[in-house]
Amino acid sequence: MKKLILGTAALALTAGMAFADTVRMGTEGAYAPWNFVNDAGEIDGFERELGDELCKRAGLTCEWVKNDWDSIIPNLVSGNYDTIIAGMSITDERDEVIDFTQPYTPPDPSAYVALSADVDLEGGVVTAQANTIQAAFIAEKGWTLVEFATPEETVAAVRNGEADAVLADKSFLDTVVGDGLVMLERMEAIGGGVGMGLRESDGELRGKFDAAIQSMKDDGSLNELIAKWEVSSQW
Amino acid sequence: MSCLETIQDYALRSIGIGERLLPKGDYTLCEHFTLIGSGMIWNIYFGVMALGFGFFFAVALAVGKASNNRWIRKPAEWFIFIFRGSPLFIQFFFAYFLFLSLKQVHPVFDPFTAAWLGALIVLFMNTAAYSGEIFYGALRSIPKGDNEAADAYGLTGWMRFRRIQFPTMMRLAWPAYTNEAIFLFHATTLVFFSAFPAWRQKGDALYYASYFADKTFNPFIPYPILAFYFILLTLVIVGLFGLVNKRLNRHLPQERRSKMRFRPNIIR
Amino acid sequence: MFSYCTDPSQLEGLTWLSCYLTTGKHAGLYVSVFTVLLLLAVTAPTALVFGFAGASAARSRIAPLRWLGKSYTAIVRGVPDIAFFLFFVIALDQGFEWLRHQVKCPDWTDPIRQGNDFVVCDAAKLPLSTAPQWIHESYAFVLAVLTFAIVFGAFAANVLYGGMRAVPRAQLETAEAYGMTPRQTFWRILVPQMWIYALPGLSNLWMVLIKATPLLFLLGIEDIVYWARELGGTKNAKFTDYPHGDWRIWYFLFLLVFYLAFTRVSEIVLERLTVRLSRGQATAAGEKLRKEVQA
Repeated sequence: MKKLILGTAALALTAGMAFADTVRMGTEGAYAPWNFVNDAGEIDGFERELGDELCKRAGLTCEWVKNDWDSIIPNLVSGNYDTIIAGMSITDERDEVIDFTQPYTPPDPSAYVALSADVDLEGGVVTAQANTIQAAFIAEKGWTLVEFATPEETVAAVRNGEADAVLADKSFLDTVVGDGLVMLERMEAIGGGVGMGLRESDGELRGKFDAAIQSMKDDGSLNELIAKWEVSSQW
Repeated sequence: MSCLETIQDYALRSIGIGERLLPKGDYTLCEHFTLIGSGMIWNIYFGVMALGFGFFFAVALAVGKASNNRWIRKPAEWFIFIFRGSPLFIQFFFAYFLFLSLKQVHPVFDPFTAAWLGALIVLFMNTAAYSGEIFYGALRSIPKGDNEAADAYGLTGWMRFRRIQFPTMMRLAWPAYTNEAIFLFHATTLVFFSAFPAWRQKGDALYYASYFADKTFNPFIPYPILAFYFILLTLVIVGLFGLVNKRLNRHLPQERRSKMRFRPNIIR
Repeated sequence: MFSYCTDPSQLEGLTWLSCYLTTGKHAGLYVSVFTVLLLLAVTAPTALVFGFAGASAARSRIAPLRWLGKSYTAIVRGVPDIAFFLFFVIALDQGFEWLRHQVKCPDWTDPIRQGNDFVVCDAAKLPLSTAPQWIHESYAFVLAVLTFAIVFGAFAANVLYGGMRAVPRAQLETAEAYGMTPRQTFWRILVPQMWIYALPGLSNLWMVLIKATPLLFLLGIEDIVYWARELGGTKNAKFTDYPHGDWRIWYFLFLLVFYLAFTRVSEIVLERLTVRLSRGQATAAGEKLRKEVQA
C-alpha cells in the first residue's frame, strides 16, 4: 500500500520527467564547430558551451552523451537521453516525430565546397551526410547524390575525388576550406534554424529550455557564443 | 497510390530504373516490401558474382595449400589466413581506403571505389579464402583408395585431378560449401553499411530497410521484412545447392549419400 | 601526457607521435580494445549457456519445448546478424522497461506508446535517468552482451546439439543398462563426453565471435571501429593541437593486424585445448595420445 501511494505521488509530481533534474543531452560529436570531440576526449564546441549554459539557467544538471547521427532520433524517442543538441535543423518531417525548442541559431544557408570554383553541380556528383536536409535537397533536385554516414567522410570524398562537391551547413564547411578546397558562390536556403530536439511527451522540459534560450537571446550572451564559435549569423 | 503503381515505380529503384525520389511521408507496407525487395537485387548480384568467380579461385587455393612446393603453399596459406583471420567488416573499410589511395596513383583504379566493383572484389577474395579452406579440408580427406586406384590406372597430373580428386573433393565439401554460400549472401548486407557509399540512393536491402527505419523511427517493421526476404533467399540457396548435391552423390548407394544439412556455423 | 607535450606544434617525428598517441582521445581507443576483450570474455560463457539450453530443448521429449529449441536456432541462423543487431537492442530495452512498468507502476493510466514515444513511468526506466553515466554505459554493454549471446547462442545450440548426437549410442545404452534414469544419463554420461565432439564447432564459433565484434558499434557502444574512424579522419588545426590528414587507412591497418594476431593466438590455444581434452577419449586423437604414452 505504501508503495502504491509513493508511486502515485511521484507520478503526480513529475508527470513525464525525471525525479531529480538530471538531463541527458545527446549529441553527435563529429560536427565541428557545433560539436566535436577534443584532444582530451571530451565533447567540445558551440553546443557544449551553449548546453552547459542553458542547463545552468534552467537549474538542471546535465550530462553529455554521444550517439551516431543515424540513430539519434530513435534513441531519443526510446528514452536513452532526453534532448538532442546536435546542430539539428528544425524541419516539418522531424517535427512530426519529435518536438523542437525555439531555434538558437537563425536559419543559415547551406554551402558547397569543391576542389575548384567552376564545378558543374547538375552534371557532377554531389555528396551529403545521409539523413540530412542537404541530402534530401540534392535528391529532390535530381542530381547525383552520394551519401556517407559522417560529415567527415563527405569532405574526405571531395578531397579524394569521389565526389565533385559537398553540400553542408556553411559554418561546418568554413572549417574545412583551404588546402585546395574552395567554397562556391552558390548557397542554398534550406531548413529552418537549429533547435534542441525533445520527446513530444516532454512538454515541461521543453518549456524550461525555451525560457533559457530566450533569456540568452535577450541578454546577448547567445550572440557572443555564436560569434566565438562562428557557427552562424547572429540574432 | 495503389500497390501496383508502387511496384512499377520502385521494384527496380535499386538499379536506377523507375521513380527517382524515394517515397516520402506516410510510408505504406507495400512501399516497404517493394523497396527492400528491390534492394535484394544488389545482395543477389554480390552473392552470385562473388560465389561464381570465387569458386575457381578457391579450388586453386585449396590445391595450392596442399602443394608440396613451399613457394606455392606459403602464399596460399597466408592468403587464406589473412582473409579468414580478420573481420569482413574491417576488410571492407580497409579495402575502400586502399582503393582510394590507389586512385590517386592511377585513374585505372577509379571504378574500384564504387561498391559494384570494389566490394565485389573484397567479397570474392573473402569467399575464396573460406571456400579454399573447406576444399582443402575435403582434399585431405579423400579416401586413400581413390588415389591408389588413380595410380593403378596410370592417371597423373591434370587428368588425375579432374577425374578422381576433384569430384570427390566436391562431394565431400559440398555441405560445408552450402553453408558458406548462405553466409556469403548474409555478408553482402555489410557492403553499404561499412565503407562503400550509396550512389543516387541506390543501395541494397539493408540500405533501404535502414532508410525506412530512419524515416519512420520504427525499426520493428523494416528489419523483420528484411529478415523475411533473407529467409526466403536462404531457402532458395538450400534448394539449389541440394540439387547439385544430389547430382554429386548420384553414383553412391542410397545409404552412403551424404545428407544435406542446413547447418551453417560460419559467419563473418 | 608527457611534460614536453605542452606545445605539440613545435614537436617533430617520434616525440610528436608519442604525444599524439597519448592524448585523452586516444585513451578512448585503448579503452575500447579492452571493451572488446571484455565483451568476448563475458559473451562466450553466456552464449554457451543459451546454446546449452537451446540444445537441451531441441532434444527434449516434450514437443512444445522441442519446437521452441529448434525454431530458435533456425530463425536466428536464417537471418543476417546485422538485421538482429539493428533492432534487437531497442526491442530488448523496451521489453525490459515494459515489464518493469507493469510491476512498478500498476496504476499508470496513460498509454505507453504515445505516438512515436515510448513512455514508461520514471521508476521503470532502465537505468533510472538519475543514474550516473557509467551505469548507462554498463547497461548498454549488458544489452550488447545479451544480443550477442542470443545470436551466438543459436549457433552454439546447433554445435552442442551435434555434439550430443555424436556421443556413441553404446555409451548411453550402457548407462541405461546400469539402471540410470534419463536425467542421470544426460548429466553423467552425455554431457561430460559431448565436449570433445563439440569442440571443433565451438572453436570455429569463437573465431566467428571475435570477427563479429566490429559490429558492436551498431549496438550503440563506442568500439574500436568508431574510434578508428573518428581518430583517423582529417583533423583541422582549429580544433586540435595535432592536425593531420586522412589517416584512416593506418588506423584500419592497425585493426586488421590486431584481429589477425588475436585469431592466431586463439588458434594456438584452441589447438592445445583439443589435445588436452582428447585424453582418454574413444576417438582417433585419444587413441594416438594413449599410444604415445605407452611408447
